[in-house]
Amino acid sequence: MIIAVASGKGGTGKTTVAVNMALSLGKVQLLDCDVEEPNAHILLRPEILDTLPVYTLIPRILEELCDYCGKCAEFCTFNALFVAPKAIMTFSELCHSCGGCSIVCPKGAIIKEKKQIATIKKGIIGDIELVYGELNVGEPMPIPVIKEVKKHIKGDMTVLIDAPPGTACPLVASVYKSDYCLLVTEPTPFGLHDLKITVQVLKDLKVPMGVVVNCAGIGDRKVYEYCEEQGIPILLEIPFSKRIAELYSQGIPFVAEMPEWKERFQQLFNRIMQG
Amino acid sequence: MLSGKGGTGKTTLVASFATLTRKVVVTDCDVDAPNLHLLLRPKIMQTQKFKGSKIAVINKTECTMCGKCEESCRFDAIRNFTVDPILCEGCTVCAYVCPVQAIELEERISGYAFISETKYGSMSHALLNPGQENSGKLVTLVRQNAKLIAEKEDCKLILNDGSPGIGCPVIASIGGVDLGLIVVEPTLSGIHDMERALGLLNHFQIQPLICVNKHNINVDNTRRIVEFCESKGVEVAGKIPFDSLVTKAMVAGKPIVEYSPKSLVSKDIVELWNRTLKHLDFGT
Repeated sequence: MIIAVASGKGGTGKTTVAVNMALSLGKVQLLDCDVEEPNAHILLRPEILDTLPVYTLIPRILEELCDYCGKCAEFCTFNALFVAPKAIMTFSELCHSCGGCSIVCPKGAIIKEKKQIATIKKGIIGDIELVYGELNVGEPMPIPVIKEVKKHIKGDMTVLIDAPPGTACPLVASVYKSDYCLLVTEPTPFGLHDLKITVQVLKDLKVPMGVVVNCAGIGDRKVYEYCEEQGIPILLEIPFSKRIAELYSQGIPFVAEMPEWKERFQQLFNRIMQG
Repeated sequence: MLSGKGGTGKTTLVASFATLTRKVVVTDCDVDAPNLHLLLRPKIMQTQKFKGSKIAVINKTECTMCGKCEESCRFDAIRNFTVDPILCEGCTVCAYVCPVQAIELEERISGYAFISETKYGSMSHALLNPGQENSGKLVTLVRQNAKLIAEKEDCKLILNDGSPGIGCPVIASIGGVDLGLIVVEPTLSGIHDMERALGLLNHFQIQPLICVNKHNINVDNTRRIVEFCESKGVEVAGKIPFDSLVTKAMVAGKPIVEYSPKSLVSKDIVELWNRTLKHLDFGT
């Protein structure tokens, strides 16, 4: 069972839900796919057992073979190569590693080279396994890193995926092939606006979904009205609470201090399992 | 405007800054989860289609099932002679290697860019279609549009509301800016993400400024942020308190400084804006 936790809008409580749910369930694998700004490890403080580099393949030009014909630059959809009459340049940040340039080069002057763009860390907290990626600062592309994090999925475990904010390709890469998606939203106009876009992404991906309303009590009722209209179940409400906010600010998962919530997260999980 | 972590208050601040400025072009560079329009209520004057990506399509009647495309695709997007549009990145390698020209690349409309008018000035924004790629390219289009408007209106200030993260759309939204204002909340996650956002500004040699939002939710962490910034020689240009009025203003669809101009939070935002402006040279 793979459950993704997503939101659209940032800062609505994805990581809070994913981490507290993991601690409530135990024996789960938690994957932090927000590789630009991973935060689950800050709350969980895992013992890191393994650190693995993530590489992408970029072109390396063998200048002694290159005759500056320009076919590679012409082919590259991502504008990652530039060829002048007597020079050639590569822009590795733009490269999507498709390998097209070396296929089209008539001189065999382009070979592939590994470039590290991120690090994956694996750790444990009791019986919870945490895997997270950290994109190197300045690197633009999270997708290869998200895919690499997801290669660590263990089929025989309950897997929770903490997805990145937004509704673009990083979200899709994170929730792709999940069995269920929990949408964490806040009951505000910003929360609702981005929730609607995220719901569309999940419908396109055919992933079943349910909503967790975080900071319940602030804002207005429009998120509730929308969910009812759309037939999306609201599975849990976490009230706006100074205590929860304080614990979060200190990096403490709130179920550790408010154990009565463990049962609620277990019930949430049971409701998902019952379909 | 950037933050690393989402939900720290970028949009709330940008909307307020827009009301405090006589001549400004505002952009919303968060193209996949934009919110600024909910506060500035723009009237759309111009809409542009954004064709950001291509998808390979296999013509089944031409296809000889040789499997060369599947073999060459680095994105594992081809299985059983069918393209998975979610995995396809439009690189065109499959079309190139196909010996019978059975593969074509179809352009798809990935979103829309808008040029709008608001009460406070012109606005350039966009909406990426759900789940699409190339948000960075759309951000670049939003910024190009903003630049054209600013030149036409002889406006010297462009305010960019950014998206969370430090990847492609954020890099596109900070390229060539004069100043990067990072909004941080005093939580451990907020601090962690601020440090990475600061690293990004350093990487691109952009002058950083810091604003601590909701500073009173954890005074110890706020002090840590201030000390950290002092040690790095980065100015903390303002501290904004937590106030439920901010959410009320959002529900009312108004920038907080307009909704509740006399509140402490509004006063602190005005002060932050004045201190931010001191770092900008308008050549006057």
